[in-house]
Amino acid sequence: MTQQTQNPRAAFQRGFMAAAPFILVVIPFAVLFGVVAQEAGLNILQLMSMSVLVIAGAAQLTALALLQEQAPTAIILATALAVNLRMAMYSAALAPHIGKASLWTRLWVSYFLVDQSFAISIQEYEDRPEMGLPEKIAFFFGTITPIAPLWYGATLAGALLGSQIPPEFSLDFAVPICFIAITGPMLRTPAHFVAAFVSVTVALSLAWIPYSMGLLVAAVLAMIAGAQTEVFLARRQKHA
Amino acid sequence: MPDTYQIWTVIVGLAIGTYLIRFSFIGLIGDRELPEWVLRHLRYTAVAVLPGLIAPLVVWPAATGGQMDGPRMAAAVMAFVIGLWRKSVIGAVLGGMATLYLLQYLMR
Repeated sequence: MTQQTQNPRAAFQRGFMAAAPFILVVIPFAVLFGVVAQEAGLNILQLMSMSVLVIAGAAQLTALALLQEQAPTAIILATALAVNLRMAMYSAALAPHIGKASLWTRLWVSYFLVDQSFAISIQEYEDRPEMGLPEKIAFFFGTITPIAPLWYGATLAGALLGSQIPPEFSLDFAVPICFIAITGPMLRTPAHFVAAFVSVTVALSLAWIPYSMGLLVAAVLAMIAGAQTEVFLARRQKHA
Repeated sequence: MPDTYQIWTVIVGLAIGTYLIRFSFIGLIGDRELPEWVLRHLRYTAVAVLPGLIAPLVVWPAATGGQMDGPRMAAAVMAFVIGLWRKSVIGAVLGGMATLYLLQYLMR
């Protein structure tokens, strides 16, 4: 058995440094959420509560877009939570590494489990299997330290700034652009493309269904399409 | 404009639901592995929801009263191409908005 390393302080610093570049992604996204939320009619307390309690940008913007379309609450929650379902996968992937930590620690790790902290941490755990549990925990909290406070702060900045941005800047369109920007890099395999294509096609053709229910149908069909494409391609590769 | 009660219900519901999703395996299920077919579907949740959410906003933008709009369409295509090609979120946002501003300026 390999000797486990025990230097949580160094691990925390490594995590912090690894996450630092993501500040460039987090700040504009949080500012945008602040601006858009304020325009959608949320007051400062509401939009800050959302950023602090939910701490998941894509789902927050999804909820805002549907609130503005006056969709029913149940539809809004189902759609926004569907955006966050990927985090169940993150949670499952981290469980073997930090499942033995105290309940208190796991409660906090769960709260801070965002795209960036997950992606950086899982990479580190796989690259350095010799890390002990305290080091893994320290690394994880290192990754979130530059991210979370800036997320809250930049949301507030966006909300305060928002009312001063004139309509000529067409900020209405910053939301779709932002969504497209985060989706583009997600399309890593043909299966991702198929899922995205089905999602767009079905959503557009079912746009006449009231309360954005067409989107939920599109999402379910797209998930199935992505998974099926993956199976199909894997099989073909095996036979080739 | 959405009413206060609905806004708070969405905030609290989304907060609790998202937390439970995050806590699920770390907190309750522990070391057990997810079946492969579940993982396979979870891999596509984000790309299944977000494109379908964006598409109508791009094709029928609210700011133009639902009329198709050339500059917005071009901006969306630009953001998509840059995001796909450079794998850069920031680059895609900047490129998309720059395209929108440029075309709106030229078409004034």
